[in-house]
Amino acid sequence: MHDMSAHAAAHHAPPSGFIRKYLFSVDHKVIGIQYTTLSLVAAFIGMALSWVMRIHLGWPAASIPFLSTLSPNGAPGGVPTPEYYLSLMTMHGTIMAFFVLTAAPMAGYGNFMLPIQVGAADMAFPRLNMASFWVTFVGFVVASATFIIPDGPPISGWTAYAPLSAVGPAAGPGQGRGQDLWVLSIAFFCVASLLGSLNFIVTTIDLRTKGMTLSRLPLSTWAWFINAWVSLLAFAVLLPTGLLLLLDRVGGTSFFIPGGLVVNDKVLQHSGGSPLLFQHLFWFFGHPEVYIIILPAFGIVAHVMPTFTRKPLVGGWKVITYAMIAIGSLSFIVWGHHMFVSGMSPNMAMVFSVPTLIITIPSVIAVLVFAFSLYGANIRFTTPMLFCLGFISLFISGGIGGFFLAQPAVDSYLHATSFVVGHFHFTMGLSAIFATFAGFYYWFPKMWGRMMNETLGKVHFWLSFVLVYCVFMTMHLMGLTGAVRRYSSYVADFMVPQIPTNRFITVAALLLGAVQFIFLYNAIWSRFKGPKAPDNPWQATTLEWDTTSPPPFDNFDGRQITVRHGPMEYDADASVMQTSPEQSIAGT
Amino acid sequence: MSQSELTMSTGHEVLMEPSPYGIEKKKLGMWFFIVADACTFATFLFGYGYMRVGSQNWGTPFEFGTILNGIVMTFVLLSSSLTMLAAVRTTQAGEKASANKWLGLTMLLGTVFAILHLREWFKMIREGWGLFSNPTGGTTQFGACFFSITGLHLTHVISGVIALLIITRGYNQGRYNTSHVETAGLYWHFVDLVWMFVFPLMYLMNAR
Amino acid sequence: MPGKAFAVVVVIITLVIAYCVITHVWWMPVDISAHGPKIDHQIEETVFGAGILFIAGQLVLASFAFLYGDSKGARKMKAFPGGAKSLIVFACVVVGVEILVLSFIGSKAWASVYFTPPDPDSLRVDVQAGQFAFYFRYPGPDGKFGPLHPDLINEATQNYFGLDTDHDADSKDDIVTAGLAIPVNKPVLLTLHSKDMGHSFDVRELRIQQDFVPGIVIPVHFTALQTGKFEIVCTQLCGLGHYNMKAYLEIMTQADYDNWLKQQAAMQ
Repeated sequence: MHDMSAHAAAHHAPPSGFIRKYLFSVDHKVIGIQYTTLSLVAAFIGMALSWVMRIHLGWPAASIPFLSTLSPNGAPGGVPTPEYYLSLMTMHGTIMAFFVLTAAPMAGYGNFMLPIQVGAADMAFPRLNMASFWVTFVGFVVASATFIIPDGPPISGWTAYAPLSAVGPAAGPGQGRGQDLWVLSIAFFCVASLLGSLNFIVTTIDLRTKGMTLSRLPLSTWAWFINAWVSLLAFAVLLPTGLLLLLDRVGGTSFFIPGGLVVNDKVLQHSGGSPLLFQHLFWFFGHPEVYIIILPAFGIVAHVMPTFTRKPLVGGWKVITYAMIAIGSLSFIVWGHHMFVSGMSPNMAMVFSVPTLIITIPSVIAVLVFAFSLYGANIRFTTPMLFCLGFISLFISGGIGGFFLAQPAVDSYLHATSFVVGHFHFTMGLSAIFATFAGFYYWFPKMWGRMMNETLGKVHFWLSFVLVYCVFMTMHLMGLTGAVRRYSSYVADFMVPQIPTNRFITVAALLLGAVQFIFLYNAIWSRFKGPKAPDNPWQATTLEWDTTSPPPFDNFDGRQITVRHGPMEYDADASVMQTSPEQSIAGT
Repeated sequence: MSQSELTMSTGHEVLMEPSPYGIEKKKLGMWFFIVADACTFATFLFGYGYMRVGSQNWGTPFEFGTILNGIVMTFVLLSSSLTMLAAVRTTQAGEKASANKWLGLTMLLGTVFAILHLREWFKMIREGWGLFSNPTGGTTQFGACFFSITGLHLTHVISGVIALLIITRGYNQGRYNTSHVETAGLYWHFVDLVWMFVFPLMYLMNAR
Repeated sequence: MPGKAFAVVVVIITLVIAYCVITHVWWMPVDISAHGPKIDHQIEETVFGAGILFIAGQLVLASFAFLYGDSKGARKMKAFPGGAKSLIVFACVVVGVEILVLSFIGSKAWASVYFTPPDPDSLRVDVQAGQFAFYFRYPGPDGKFGPLHPDLINEATQNYFGLDTDHDADSKDDIVTAGLAIPVNKPVLLTLHSKDMGHSFDVRELRIQQDFVPGIVIPVHFTALQTGKFEIVCTQLCGLGHYNMKAYLEIMTQADYDNWLKQQAAMQ
């Protein structure tokens, strides 16, 4: 049964006027760019927050420029108070995890590329798509607003454990309106994410052009598709968790607050609730969330690498796709590994540890496929390819940390140390970000019609690659000593001697931050002044390269797109476009 | 490009892969919305289960009157699903007047459900029940779970009635067709299905 | 050229990390507990197993980047022999075996902490965590802890636990201290409860880390095998003073401990 809706979408005339074209546009390409831009802004804000944190950790008494103007309460004389440090830490995690890592690789690139890659003229529900972005935007504004209200942002971490997050202002500074706004911001993000997932799933199922069978989908599309499923189920659980937390805070309920608590010299009236319930509900979302962050990264690397190795991935589309499906499914049964020492029944520890270890198998398969796809290739070391190689190295490093933390007995020592901070930064903050950079450099010509500067790109890569290891591998190693995380200052006896190591990390982190401005400059300059990009600058094979750079309003200028090949067909060095009528060369 | 059609005229039909389940996109979208919403309700119900199993003094406060009211509400909602089915059938058959009748009946039954529900809520609140108060002296968690879960469901019922109003109007004006009514029907059946979990878990299990 | 550079950088990074880990530049403090060796053994096994995978993975990546740069047509492309089959088998078998071994041994380490019942003759100490300090309570000569009354908690009068010594007989001889002292080589059973937020009890040298969960009393037991003074730090974010929330664990000879307890009792 053919759907007439693509017909309807192609039917619309392009919008006119600034507002309809760039602001409230239903065009998935504009929406993709809006998401990507939002993520970029969020990324620099999130990074700046980390710079303040890092300077304070290295030099606790230092007065940080401009900080006392930004927040006279939080940083009198430019020195962050402990609660201000914690609020920066909370918003750093929140902004980076949600508005950067969940937004850019999925909503940003996915929105732009998925319809084109399946051969559609737009997403299945263009207006819902526009709504998704603007709801995300409102969520971001609400999150940012926490910085300017008198009590400041919440201090309970992006994980917002109860009772700290649930009892309200009595728990301390930052736990007033800031936490309420935080919950609201997350709720908006959940709704936007759900709507977005709907769109991704229905578009991939229903809007594929003729010949685009599921076996011919590009791997980035597969990743976005699988990820949309995981997102749909995970965010649907975070939303009610936030609502329950809000009810505890303003509705007087006690879902997460037990009886008999004495906070600020007052006995609280709440009773009957369970802090562990919050942890179960949060991590039921929270663990799939980290796979929501990494799956698009897998998809981007799987999509970009064949272009620059000039050969298919080992195992073709099936191995990576099944690996991603396995990872996405298993991600729902491992959440308790965040709770080994939480007071949860020790029996549950083994129940969660085993699937956590098992999930390494598809992850190892994916990494092996990526690495061994380099075998016998003719690798073109462009900037996107370098970031893909960097991704492989970083993901190996990050994944190894997982082996340690997945075992309850080992975790009982390493829990809440900077080993964990190193681990999740490697897997999310570094691997996923490197894959996002790979996608950015790769798709920039298609999105903007201009080429980015390769030299600046390579400088960005080399400096970032070395510096991220300096920053985050050192954190892993510090963690082996038992160095505790989420401390605003190192005053414990065994932590004080680690301050010099902290300073090393801080210097590397600040340099790393500075290097990102090379990327930003490159992106902005190239957007306006870069050399014009041809349709297919990388000689790739998928449908987005079968149209102009940037694509026309309806993606294919009214052409009927008929797909005849999978995405990874190369004839020696020549790429075989998915629409090409030539027979593909068997083998290689 | 010898095998592709290069027609540039507007209004041409775009050739696509057939939808693998034969479900057009609006309905498919609604199915996935239902999946997500089911997870949301499941989360609330999980929290309720967790609280209840871990509670020392849960109590079972509902008298027969409340249960009777609940049975009537269940009957009303189940009937509304039947009328919704009839509405979809008559829409598919093109019988506009009949369809309007059945749609109207569905909306009416949904409204009756909401009124009965709100009546019961106000009665309980008058007796001293609230999000954190329990006039029988048992755990305050009861009110929290009861009002939040039934409140979420009630919101879904009321939005469903409003959505049906909009769909009916659009259908009569020719802007919406059978597939819109079917999609709304899907949502309505889902809301009914959720009630079939809420009623036993929240009412019958707490009957005296 | 960039491929070769990448390979060199990755190899250098791998060697530096391996060096730091193998030579224990950053490492765990000496273990002083009876159950600790099992955990340490587990960590060492994991370093070994995961370390091999880490080094192998990075070296494979480096060598491929080194060898297979664009030859501009000079070298014919090769497919990896056997396709993905050997990779999948490797992942399932090698990683699978590693997982099984680690889980099996690890479960013993875990069980030694959580599934061995405490010695019935353990010294019992009640631990309370609150924003932002730990307090400890010894049962006194009657061997019983008095009931807790949160509404009676009063920092000013140093009634940290909310004891009602006027009405509860068992509370009268409870000894409340700001530091935890225990005799060496004697089993100890701690009962952890929280006054307000989530906290955590972490003594690195004891290889013990356990969250305090408001509303629940959580038992932790261990035997310390060496005397000395060690830090107890809070590792669960509990508010602005989290970074400074700590106490000291002093492990003493039996004689010193008895003296200490007498002194503390006198100060109540």
